[in-house]
Amino acid sequence: MSGTLDPTAPQRSYLWQDGTLRSWLLTRDHKRIALLYLGSITAFFALGSVGAALVRLQLLEPGGTILSDATYNRMFTMHGVVMVWLFLVPSIPVTLGNFLVPLMLGARDLAFPRLNLLSWYLFVASGLLVVYGLFRGGLETGWTFYTPLSSEYTEGRVLPVVLGVFLNGFSSIATGVNFIVSIHQLRAPGMGWYRLPLMLWALYATSVIFVLATPVLGITLLLLAFEHLFRVGVFDPSLGGDPLLFQQLFWFYSHPAVYIMILPGMGVVSEIVSTFCHKPVFGYRFVAWSSVSIAAIGFVVWGHHMFVAGTSLYSAIVFSMFSFFVSVPSAIKVFNWLGTMHGGSIRLDAPMLYAMGFIGLFTVGGLTGLFLASLAADVHLTQTYFVVAHFHYIMVGGMVSAYFGGLHYWWPKITGRMYPETWGRLAAGLIFFGFNLTFLPQFILGFEGMPRRYATYPAQFQVLNVLSSAGAGILAVAYALPLVYFTWSLFRGARAPDNPWRATGLEWRTASPPPVENFAETPVVTTYAYDYAELDGRAGPPGTAVGGPHV
Amino acid sequence: MSDGSALDHHSPYETPLHRDETAIAGMWLFLASEALLFGGLFLICLIYSHTRAGGWAEGVRHTNLAIGAANTLILITSSAVYTMAVEAGKRGDNRRVVRAGFGAAALGLTFLALKGGEWGQEFRENLFPGPHFALHGPDAGGAQLFYSFYFLATFLHGMHMVVGIGLILWICRKARHRAFSAAWNTPVDIVGLYWSFVDLVWMLLFPLLYLIGRA
Repeated sequence: MSGTLDPTAPQRSYLWQDGTLRSWLLTRDHKRIALLYLGSITAFFALGSVGAALVRLQLLEPGGTILSDATYNRMFTMHGVVMVWLFLVPSIPVTLGNFLVPLMLGARDLAFPRLNLLSWYLFVASGLLVVYGLFRGGLETGWTFYTPLSSEYTEGRVLPVVLGVFLNGFSSIATGVNFIVSIHQLRAPGMGWYRLPLMLWALYATSVIFVLATPVLGITLLLLAFEHLFRVGVFDPSLGGDPLLFQQLFWFYSHPAVYIMILPGMGVVSEIVSTFCHKPVFGYRFVAWSSVSIAAIGFVVWGHHMFVAGTSLYSAIVFSMFSFFVSVPSAIKVFNWLGTMHGGSIRLDAPMLYAMGFIGLFTVGGLTGLFLASLAADVHLTQTYFVVAHFHYIMVGGMVSAYFGGLHYWWPKITGRMYPETWGRLAAGLIFFGFNLTFLPQFILGFEGMPRRYATYPAQFQVLNVLSSAGAGILAVAYALPLVYFTWSLFRGARAPDNPWRATGLEWRTASPPPVENFAETPVVTTYAYDYAELDGRAGPPGTAVGGPHV
Repeated sequence: MSDGSALDHHSPYETPLHRDETAIAGMWLFLASEALLFGGLFLICLIYSHTRAGGWAEGVRHTNLAIGAANTLILITSSAVYTMAVEAGKRGDNRRVVRAGFGAAALGLTFLALKGGEWGQEFRENLFPGPHFALHGPDAGGAQLFYSFYFLATFLHGMHMVVGIGLILWICRKARHRAFSAAWNTPVDIVGLYWSFVDLVWMLLFPLLYLIGRA
């Protein structure tokens, strides 16, 4: 077998083998690319948070005076565009996914290492284009770029932002192609499909959406840009185009993209729940296939974003029905996580706290989605804060919790250092509390009829808005905490053993941090993914960490 | 980098064959993605050709069928010529790869030259949508819509042609250095997949832009 290191030779970790900037910027190592991505999306997360903070400050008072109406529109647009395309869509796949896919497969790298690096450069370029547009005037269209708001009536910088998002799509497609081909081609000997960790099933399903939905957004945004550049009609009704067609095509991507923004989180939670209950995931095959069915059904529900846009009633009925269907595989996952926890000896370390937060908040977000999928209820609730609260429960309560949970869980593997557990638990609790304080009031606000995207509101909504803004303040502190203690742990954290959590995946069988080649010898897989009996047999009785001192 | 016989130190593959199969899988997947990029465009074309049938048909009638048809023939021929390069690659016959590759690239450039001439003519006739658009009458809006798609679709396809020709010339350069052998010729194959895809897209664009609604 080619490329293996001499197992007796001392191995250099991927972090320190060559410290030059050049070696980082030209690296083909998936682990380093994951860290490049981690740095980039953290910066964008901060930028998107600034937008959210300004929005919440403005809404402290009914006639808020901090921002002008025009600036307010630009701020919520900045928040949406940056958070969706520069943080949530890439988040788990490009950081944890990039780092873990080869490790979990028992491979040395992704199938196309140079394509992986290219995807990061595309991502950075797209991010810079978007930021350029946002800082040279911004735009007021919201993250959906609906026409004719984005064509005839806009006074903002639509073109660079739209082109940035277009470019961003190619970065996603490159990642998707890389993951799918890697999972097909680079599985270690013995690693059958039903022996894959559930994280890989989730990332596989996500990648299918990356590859098949993103190009449709690409062509749609290209047409929008074309319309802008040459003032020719495509979607703009004053130029003969059809604005509803834009919405159809936009949501053909953007609804599946909602599942891009949750499936990887589900994968992370499956790993964490199993590890911290020391039990195999209940109903492995159901959880695995539910990822695939969410991705598949997710392609045929986009019309539920357009119930009140004047589409035909019969199409609305069909889209409503499919939207109910898609909740079935999601519910399967929730019940199976609970089934896994049932009777397990649950350890409440920080990753598990995040995972449990995910399960609760995702369930709330999912169930309120059913209200919005019901035609009659949607007429009342659409375009209100109910929608805002609903998708933040999925994307922030769900995906961001899973992202933080995953970061804590794999931090020892990524950096070779333990994070401070007490601080980790504190931050997890604070995020959960701050999140609910921010978004629970918004359900009530929306139900009582407060529309989204307005800079002012009637005075009777003030109490709930103040609560929501207070929650956002707590959330800001809670999100800053991990940044501080993760940085601290990089230099001062206790050395991590190879397998601090007594977890089963292949990534825990190599050093922390892993050597450049990932494994001294290609591992051979002999059991299914969550075989704790095999682990206990190999590593001694529970209570002892594997591969070194536990902290 | 790869000369086909050896794997470099960091390679994630077990064997050269493993690497080559993976590369082909990657190209197919990329083409699936490309199919949806153009698929979105075709969908919008089909919708507008129904909802704005009158103006759309007027636009179609103003396209240059002779050049369109000639280009279709040229592109099919180019694909066919390139398959000879693929066949030669499988035998490790580098000289024939170069010859067939240059042939395919030359036909591709002919296509682009004709297309450029066609565009020039259309610009002179003010068929590019905008305030000076040449066609008037009740259906002028639909005709403008048609020409929006005509220019965008042919531009996008043209860009793919440029990339494809570049890739073919890269294959020719490698073949001149005798890079391919019966044991290793995957890049010839992969570029062939891409070139056939570019061809296929035109097979759909030709009826959409030149034929449907013409009669």
